[in-house]
Amino acid sequence: MSISEKDVLRVAHLARIRVSSDELEDYQEGLSGILSLVEQMHDCDTDGVEPMAHPQDIQLRLREDQVTEPDQRDAMQKSAPQVDEGLYLVPRVIE
Amino acid sequence: MLHEHTLTALRDMLRRREISSTELTQHCLDRIAKHSDLNAFVTLDESGAMAAAAVADKQLASGEADLLTGVPIAHKDIFCTRGVLTTCGSKMLENFVSPYDATVVERFHQAGSVTIGKTNMDEFAMGSSNETSFFGSVKNPWDPDRVPGGSSGGSAAAVAACLVAGATGTDTGGSIRQPAAFCGLTGLKPSYGRVSRYGMIAFASSLDQGGPITRNAEDAALMLQCMAGFDPRDSTSINAPAPDMATLLGAQVRGLKLGLPKEFFDTSVDAEVLEKVRESLAVLERLGATLVDVSLPNSPAGIPCYYVIAPAEASSNLSRFDGVRFGHRSEHAEELVDLYENSRAEGFGEEVKRRILIGTYALSAGYYDAYYLKAQKIRRVIAQDFETAFEQCDVIVGPTSPTTAFPLGAKTQNPVAMYLNDIFTNTVNLAGLPGLSVPCGFDTAGLPVGLQLIGKFMDEASLLSTAHQLQQETDWHQRMPAEY
Repeated sequence: MSISEKDVLRVAHLARIRVSSDELEDYQEGLSGILSLVEQMHDCDTDGVEPMAHPQDIQLRLREDQVTEPDQRDAMQKSAPQVDEGLYLVPRVIE
Repeated sequence: MLHEHTLTALRDMLRRREISSTELTQHCLDRIAKHSDLNAFVTLDESGAMAAAAVADKQLASGEADLLTGVPIAHKDIFCTRGVLTTCGSKMLENFVSPYDATVVERFHQAGSVTIGKTNMDEFAMGSSNETSFFGSVKNPWDPDRVPGGSSGGSAAAVAACLVAGATGTDTGGSIRQPAAFCGLTGLKPSYGRVSRYGMIAFASSLDQGGPITRNAEDAALMLQCMAGFDPRDSTSINAPAPDMATLLGAQVRGLKLGLPKEFFDTSVDAEVLEKVRESLAVLERLGATLVDVSLPNSPAGIPCYYVIAPAEASSNLSRFDGVRFGHRSEHAEELVDLYENSRAEGFGEEVKRRILIGTYALSAGYYDAYYLKAQKIRRVIAQDFETAFEQCDVIVGPTSPTTAFPLGAKTQNPVAMYLNDIFTNTVNLAGLPGLSVPCGFDTAGLPVGLQLIGKFMDEASLLSTAHQLQQETDWHQRMPAEY
């Protein structure tokens, strides 16, 4: 199973990871190798089997819809690369 | 020497006031500095550790000792620690200081232990050799030309070299058990939901589980008692109290049925590894256990299934690293999409990017059914295999890893060869079961071999008790690497 250059670029864009042209071949090779391994899944018969999302089929617990966390905005934003007056700054989005 | 004692022994010596926590903590810090060539630590918190040791000494003097008062431990650098760097082995988080403690960190703090530092690991826990770390590979104390295993390689190397008596790890596909095996240690991956994942940086949320890496089963039980228990902040936390040491170590081996899956004892496994595993099973048989043949017929599908589910979950989890709220931010960004794409391209290493791309591919339109849904179906088939096998036995046994520790650099160019290391461990994560690796001998090169014990859901007690009783009869766990 091999993956095309076009597919690598499509997936890289979906994942928001820049892949430069000189890295393309390495990714193509690496991903194709993994996909060949993954293809072995198709040897396993799963007709009529329900997919399993949680290892013990346990439903996630719900809690009361109440505020439980204190306001820690300043502490949380200490880790941010760029903030101003409590807002996260990013490059221009709209022309 | 002080550092050769187990975690439990040190705890008791502190309680009897034979040593002080200040003295012990300083001794550990000195040894870490002396053996810095192992590269086992990413960050040391010397001032924090010495301050905590001083507090512990006061508590010990007034007789207020808790479970681990004054004992130095280390945390894998995947656990968030307030005010101390948490890098997850990545350039992405090179300068990240968490505003809060992980539940596991908080619980050890409440138990009185002294956090000495944060251990090296494969980047975002993706690796089986600790070679994907942005902070460089870690050496195996048994042979510095070999890997310590991964992803919890720093924790394993630190405990094996007696820099610290116990350390936390996390296990998504074998990341506690395989490094424990490669370094001659006892490593426990608890049942999924036993230990809180709050503040533990997520790789694959339906597989990740924290646990201890120690020199023996008694120490692992002590650490599990500190770590485990319900946490309302983790929606997947199981509502069961932390079991105490007496319960964890008190189950009988006599009458226990040990299941040997034929798929774990085939020719793909190194002959010396199988020999040592069989020898330790003979010891357990002598102690009154019965060996029965079982089968896990779908285990060959485990690796392919895991390498869809884990990357798929990772691609979703790691989307939070966008250069906006925390982590690395590219200086080369004209527009928002450049900021995302360049920050992620610069901040993540090769293996992490490869896994995000595979996961994104498996979840993308047109491929979801063939990959992700298929893998989730196989996951159920694998879980059912275990259920069927457990109708005939109490504990499943086999090798932890098909080989002993391999040379540094041997598998870095071939991701798929690296993935095959997890062949006996990752199905346990897929099924959410507890698994433990315990030392069972050495190969002719002098490298440790690990025996894996797999238990029924929430039955860590059978694993720890079996390992504990094996350790009363053998001394593999007491061997120490000559240079340390």
